[in-house]
Amino acid sequence: MKTAMRALVSGSILALAVSSSALAQDKTIKIGVLNDQSGLYADVTGPGSVLAAQMAVDDSGMAAKGWKIEVVSGDHQNKPDIGVNIARQWFDRDKVDVIVDVPTSSVGLAVNNVVKEKNGVYLNSGSGTSDLTNAQCSPNTVHWAYDTYMLANGTGSAMVKTGGDTWFFLTADYAFGTALERDTTNAVTALGGKVVGSVRPPLNSADFSSFLLQAQSSKAKVIGLANAGGDTINSIKQASEFGIVAGGQKLAGLLMFITDVHSLGLKTAAGLSFTEPFYWDLNDGTRGFSKRFQEKMKNKAMPTTVQAGVYSSLLHYFKTLDKMGGNSRVGIKIVEAMKAMPTDDIIFGKGSIQPNGRKIHPAYLLEVKKPEESKGPWDYMKVAATIPAEQAFTPLDKSSCPLLKK
Amino acid sequence: MNYQALFAQLLVGLINGSFYALLSLGLAVIFGMLNIINFAHGALYMMGAFAAYFLLNVAGIGYWPALILAPIAVGIFGMILERTMLQWLSGLDHLYGLLLTFGMALIIQGVFQNYFGSSGLPYAIPDELKGGVNLGFMFLPIYRGWVVIFSLIVCIATWFVIERTRLGANLRAATENPTLVRAFGINVPRMITLTYGLGVGLAALAGVLSAPINQVRPLMGADLIIVVFAVVVIGGMGSIMGSIITGFALGIVEGLTKYFYPEASNTVVFVLMVLVLLVKPSGLTGRAA
Repeated sequence: MKTAMRALVSGSILALAVSSSALAQDKTIKIGVLNDQSGLYADVTGPGSVLAAQMAVDDSGMAAKGWKIEVVSGDHQNKPDIGVNIARQWFDRDKVDVIVDVPTSSVGLAVNNVVKEKNGVYLNSGSGTSDLTNAQCSPNTVHWAYDTYMLANGTGSAMVKTGGDTWFFLTADYAFGTALERDTTNAVTALGGKVVGSVRPPLNSADFSSFLLQAQSSKAKVIGLANAGGDTINSIKQASEFGIVAGGQKLAGLLMFITDVHSLGLKTAAGLSFTEPFYWDLNDGTRGFSKRFQEKMKNKAMPTTVQAGVYSSLLHYFKTLDKMGGNSRVGIKIVEAMKAMPTDDIIFGKGSIQPNGRKIHPAYLLEVKKPEESKGPWDYMKVAATIPAEQAFTPLDKSSCPLLKK
Repeated sequence: MNYQALFAQLLVGLINGSFYALLSLGLAVIFGMLNIINFAHGALYMMGAFAAYFLLNVAGIGYWPALILAPIAVGIFGMILERTMLQWLSGLDHLYGLLLTFGMALIIQGVFQNYFGSSGLPYAIPDELKGGVNLGFMFLPIYRGWVVIFSLIVCIATWFVIERTRLGANLRAATENPTLVRAFGINVPRMITLTYGLGVGLAALAGVLSAPINQVRPLMGADLIIVVFAVVVIGGMGSIMGSIITGFALGIVEGLTKYFYPEASNTVVFVLMVLVLLVKPSGLTGRAA
């Protein structure tokens, strides 16, 4: 037993020595896609994000330049402890270099700490919470596609400006929901609006009627849905059943994805407006990517913002590594280099990564089309307004990220 | 305190309670007659909703025929399960049936999820039941009112058949002493298969009823079944009337929790379950084992 142990120890020391001497020309990358593969966020992230990561590998042309890239995936089931375990295993045993996607803010924040501790790279496009680039920002993290500040500011401000100045929140009872409620409250009150109340249904509720009744009796002009995925779908559907919109109150889906609209059907969803940084039918670039994605997707769905974000974030990561000439596996250095390089891709156009780790790009206020306006499947939205990158995300002077105080 | 809001929550609780009642009734029937803890109940409920969805979108058959056709189709599926798998477990410990049905539930849900994703498919409320009435203290969607009334009727009818008719008497006798009942010339295995079909049909019926309210989702049953099991445990395993009454009562308790302390609304049922188990382990209406 003792000798076996000794052999094991010396073996691993040897392995360590070998791997560190190979640093300079190391041209292998292992990507871990960590998300919800079968629960309520599986359509928004799930297998589609794995596909997007694979497409990024294929489209990057890295293989031709001598890079070997592998994609693995894991199901965190929306539970922080499971997410943390998988992330640790990936770093310790499987030598994963970069973790992408990671929806569900509670899991996203927990994994953020693991990546920092292991000095890996974390490209999060699945979580909403703006804490990732504020109080809990990390030198190993880039927050890619969207965040609660962007959602709140885009939709919240637009609603207040068109007269929706009293709000009631239906907030999913976890990190993301409360962050979204907080950010939206700030956006609404900054423009002179008022929040008259809120209620916090547990994550993944089937029945929202009780909560909707409370929202209805609050007489607020706008009911803000600070939830996501299946929760948003159910609350919108049941709101129409209880005659909330017919009664003159407006619904604000603060975080909605195209798959949610698809699931609701245009009849129920028509007229809803929400903010997203990506929609498949924006320009030739997004259309091209989305059509290719749709062909490869099992259920022929169009990509969501999160899935497009996974694709975009990996392309920039590859570009940076290629420029560095090899994979140093030192997360902080790689992320630093990523921040130094301006971003440009077919998904979000030109943009940049701020010192706090926030990737910025324009966002769009989208409105769901009426059934008669839609030309066919997945033709669901029209762009009502474009919010420039600098206004869409937290201004640097308002970010509470400790990295900024040097 | 706002009485209007309170009444509204009570009514909403009653609506949810009718789903609990329908589902726990099916479980109670199956447990009472077959001695099987049917963990596949949630998956079969989900299949009921999907059956309604397919009837509408593939065959063009609307809500009303689906109320009858979907439970029959899923009931037949259930009877096949009973014939091919469950019947071999009779006489064994409860644990075997529980594990088998739990496995079946996972497989069924996995297959549906593989083909239909997780966000679900839309199913519209039938035109006749659209709209709502203003009750003064709340706006009651007509469809939800219909759900309460219809499931009450179904529950009472099921109770009546099992407790008050000759068929039900035969059934209960067959559970007590199958050999003796067979001696009277009654085909007991067939009766058990049909009973399982009935229990499954009740689950599928609840699925059709819920399709227009919730999205038709592969996991709709998995979310609900745990609560329903708690309902059955509180009411007393195998007690038909007990599970009906507890179903409605717990819906109301949950509704009240949503009003007073919404964060706890998912757990209140289990807190009650623990309390009942501590005080009266056989359930509120259960016979002592």
